[in-house]
Amino acid sequence: MESLYLLIPLSVVVVFGALWLFFNASDGGQFDDLVGPGLRVLQDDDTTPEKPAATEPD
Amino acid sequence: MNAVLSPELDTACFHCGLPVPSDSNWVVTIDDVARAMCCPGCEAVAQTIVEIGQSTYYRERDAYAANAADASLVPPELRLYSNDDAQFARDASSCEATLSVEGIRCAACVWLIERQLGRLPGVQVASLNVATERLYVRWNRAQCEPGDILQAVRQVGYTAYPYDAVRHGERLQQASKTLGRQLFVAGLSMMQVMMYVAPSYLAAEDGTLDNNMASLMRWASLLLTLPAICYSALPFFQGAWSSLRARTLGMDVPVTLGILAAFFGSLVATFTGRGEVYFDSATMFIFLLLCSRYFELQARRKAASALERLQHALPASATLMAGFPDNRATMLVPAGALAVDDHILVKPGEAIAADSVIVEGESALDLSLLTGESAAQRRRVGERVPGGAINASAALILRVLKPARDSTLSDLLKLIERAGSGKPQIAQWADKVAAWFVLGLLLFAVAVFAFWSWHDPAQAWPVAIAVLVVSCPCALSLATPTALAAATDSLLRRGVLIVQPHVLETLHRATHIVFDKTGTLTLGRPVLQQTDMLGSLDEKACLRLAAALEANSAHPLAHAILEAAGSTATAHAQQVQEVQGQGLEGVVDGVRYRLGNAAFVAALAGAPLGDTAVGIQGMTPLYLGMQGRWLTRFLLSDALRPEARAVIDYFHQRGKQVVLLSGDQEALTQSVAQQLGIATACGECLPDEKLDFVQQLQATGAVVAMVGDGINDAAVLSAADVSFAMGSGAALAQAHADTVLLSSQLQSVRDTASTAARSMRIIRENLGWATLYNLTAIPAAALGFLNPWLSGVGMAASSAVVIANALRLRRN
Repeated sequence: MESLYLLIPLSVVVVFGALWLFFNASDGGQFDDLVGPGLRVLQDDDTTPEKPAATEPD
Repeated sequence: MNAVLSPELDTACFHCGLPVPSDSNWVVTIDDVARAMCCPGCEAVAQTIVEIGQSTYYRERDAYAANAADASLVPPELRLYSNDDAQFARDASSCEATLSVEGIRCAACVWLIERQLGRLPGVQVASLNVATERLYVRWNRAQCEPGDILQAVRQVGYTAYPYDAVRHGERLQQASKTLGRQLFVAGLSMMQVMMYVAPSYLAAEDGTLDNNMASLMRWASLLLTLPAICYSALPFFQGAWSSLRARTLGMDVPVTLGILAAFFGSLVATFTGRGEVYFDSATMFIFLLLCSRYFELQARRKAASALERLQHALPASATLMAGFPDNRATMLVPAGALAVDDHILVKPGEAIAADSVIVEGESALDLSLLTGESAAQRRRVGERVPGGAINASAALILRVLKPARDSTLSDLLKLIERAGSGKPQIAQWADKVAAWFVLGLLLFAVAVFAFWSWHDPAQAWPVAIAVLVVSCPCALSLATPTALAAATDSLLRRGVLIVQPHVLETLHRATHIVFDKTGTLTLGRPVLQQTDMLGSLDEKACLRLAAALEANSAHPLAHAILEAAGSTATAHAQQVQEVQGQGLEGVVDGVRYRLGNAAFVAALAGAPLGDTAVGIQGMTPLYLGMQGRWLTRFLLSDALRPEARAVIDYFHQRGKQVVLLSGDQEALTQSVAQQLGIATACGECLPDEKLDFVQQLQATGAVVAMVGDGINDAAVLSAADVSFAMGSGAALAQAHADTVLLSSQLQSVRDTASTAARSMRIIRENLGWATLYNLTAIPAAALGFLNPWLSGVGMAASSAVVIANALRLRRN
C-alpha cells in the first residue's frame, strides 16, 4: 500500500507530462493534417527519377 | 498500381483517361513505352512530367489526372497577381502565400505538386495539406512571380488560386484546433480522475480505504481536474458570461453553475477532509459536452470550406481596351476599376462585367441568370446589355454605361438586402424555452438548497449540486444540436450543403414548396428533343453532319447537337462560316451544307417548307439542308430534369402545396407545370413579383420553402423561410440561400426533406425522453435520493441515450 504514496503523485506528473507533450506536438502542427503523412509514406523514394528506365514499373 | 488502370489503355488517354479519338496521334513516351493521349493538352502535360524526370507519377498514381480543358493554361486573370501585392509580403527578400488547390484526390497528387514546385527556381518551401487542400508556398521575390507558381500547378493538371486569409474559414479552423485541444485535455483528465475515484467507490463501504489514502486520491483528483476546469471548460464559462451580459439565461449558465458548484464543493471537501468530492462528475460532464460541440464544429467547418470554393467561381476581371477605337490593345483589369465610357472586350463564354451598350459586334447573350429566360437573346450594335449576362456566341466590344457597383447586379443585391431585413426569426424558440427552463431550474435549486439548509444542513450542498447536475437540459443543449449536426453531415456527404442552422427545422414545417423553372426543374440548357427527317438521310448521318458543322461553335445549341451526336461525330467540316443570327454553312465530304433557321437554309435548299410552324410550341427548330434538298429538322428545348416528377410527387404526398414561379414565357411555364402536375404556376414573373408572391403567401401564415437557381432568384430565396440554390447556378444566389445543392441534383431537395422529417422525429424522441428523465430525476435529486456522482452518471447516461439516438441520422 505504501508504494501508492509514490506512484499516485508520479502518475499525476506523468499526466501533466503527457499534456505538455500534446501541446508541444499540437503547436508544431502535428495534428493539422491527419491524412497527408499516411499517403506520403507510400511514396517510393528509392526509384530515382533520373533513371526511370532502370526499374521495372510494377 | 497500373494494373487498376490498364484495361482501357488502348482506347483511353494514358494521362486523363478520356477516350482517344480514332484519327489522332498524340503520343508521349513514358518509361520507354509509347502512350496514346487524347488531346494536345494531355500530351503537353505528360511531356512536362517526363521532361522534369517525374514519370514516377504514373507508377504512383491511383486515379487518372484531372481532365479540365484548361489544364495547360493559366487564366490571364490569375496573371494579375504580382509580388507587389501586400497579401504575399513576408520580408524584404521573400514572399509567401497560401493557395487553395482544387482536384486533390490521391497520394500522387501531393507528391506531384510538391515536386513540381520544388523544381521551380526561387521556390523555397512548398507544402500541401491534404485535409484542407491548402498549399503553402514561400518563394524568393527576385526569381519568381505568383503567376509562375499558379502556372506550375496548372501545368500538372490542378487548379490553384490565392486563398483569402481574412475569410472566416480560417477562424473556424483555429476554433476547431482549440476545441480539439480542449477535448483532449478533458478526456485525459476525465480518464485519470476516474482511476483515482474508483477506489473510493469500491472500497468506501467496507472501510478498507484508510483516510490518508482517500485524502491522497482527492488531492490527485483535484490536481488533474484543474486543467479541465481552467482550460477545457472555458467555452462554457465564456458562453455563460456573454449570455449573462446580454441579460439572457443560456444553456451555458446551469452547465457553468453545475461545473463550478461541483468543483468548488469538492475543493472545500478536499481541504477540510470532510464531505463528498465530485471531480469525476465535473470532468465527465465537461468531456461529454465538449464532444458534442467538437462534432458540430467539424461539420460546420466542412460546410464552410465547400462554400468558400463555390464563391471563387464568381469572375472579377474585365478586358479593357484603353485606346479604342484608335488602338485595339487589350489589358486585363479588376471589374471594380471600370469607369463610365471605358471600352471592354467580352469574348464568347465570358460574363459581362458591368451594364454597357454594344459598340461593335453582334452576339447571343445568355441572360438566364438575370431574367430566368432560357433561350439566348440576340443583341446588336446600340443595344444595352446588363452586367452579369454571359456572352454565348461572338466577341463583343462594349462601352460601359454604369460602374460595376451600380449595375443591374448590384440592384439585385439591394433587393436581397431588403428581403434579408424582413426575414422571420424562427430559430429562437428553443433558446426561449431553454431560458425559462434554466430560470425555473435555478430557482428550484435555490429553493431546494434553502429547504435542506433548514432540514439537514449537511445535505444541502450535495443535494443542490445533484439538482443542478442531474437536470442539465441535455435534450436541448446537447441532443438537438447533435441531431442537427449529424443530419447536416449526412446531407453534406450526399452533396447538400446546409448554410443556415434552421433549415431542417423550417423545412419540416414548410407548407408551400416554390420551385423556379429554368435550371431547377429543367436542366437550364437546350437538349435535342426530336429529329424530323425531311430527306433521305437517316438520323445518325444527319447528326454527324450537324455535329461536324457545329464542332467549333460556342453557341448553346451547338453544345446540344454535339452532345446528342456523342462520339459518332468523326466528320470534319471545312470552310465553316457562321452567319450571325442565322446559322452555319460549311463543306463536309465535298458537299456544301447549311444548318440554321428556316430562311437561312431555304436560301440553299430551295423551296421553303410548308410545315415549319407545326408542332414546335416551346421548341427551338434548327434545320439542316444541302443544295436543293432539305435534310432534317432538329427540335431543341430546355429539358425537364428526369427526377423532377418524382420530387414533385414526393411533396404532394406529404401534403405540401407545390408552386412554380418562373421568369420564362407563360406558355412554357404552364406546359412544364402540366407535365409535372403542379396546380399553381405563374410565368413571366419579375424578381419583384416573385418576392411579392412569396411575401403574400407568408402573410397568410404559410411557411415557404423556395428552390431556385440564378441571381434573379436571390431576393426571393432570401425572403423565403427556407431556400435551396442549385450548385451550378450563380455564386451570388448560393451565398444568400440557406441550402446549396452541390450535386446540382433536384433529388437532393427530396433527400433534405426526408432527412428533415427524420431529424425532427429524433429530436422529438429526445425531447420526450428528456422530459421523462427530468420529471423523474429532479424530484429524486431534490428529495436527496441521488448523490452528485449518481446524478452525474444519470446525466451522462441520459446524454448517451440522446446522442446515440441523434447519431442514427449519420447512417445512410
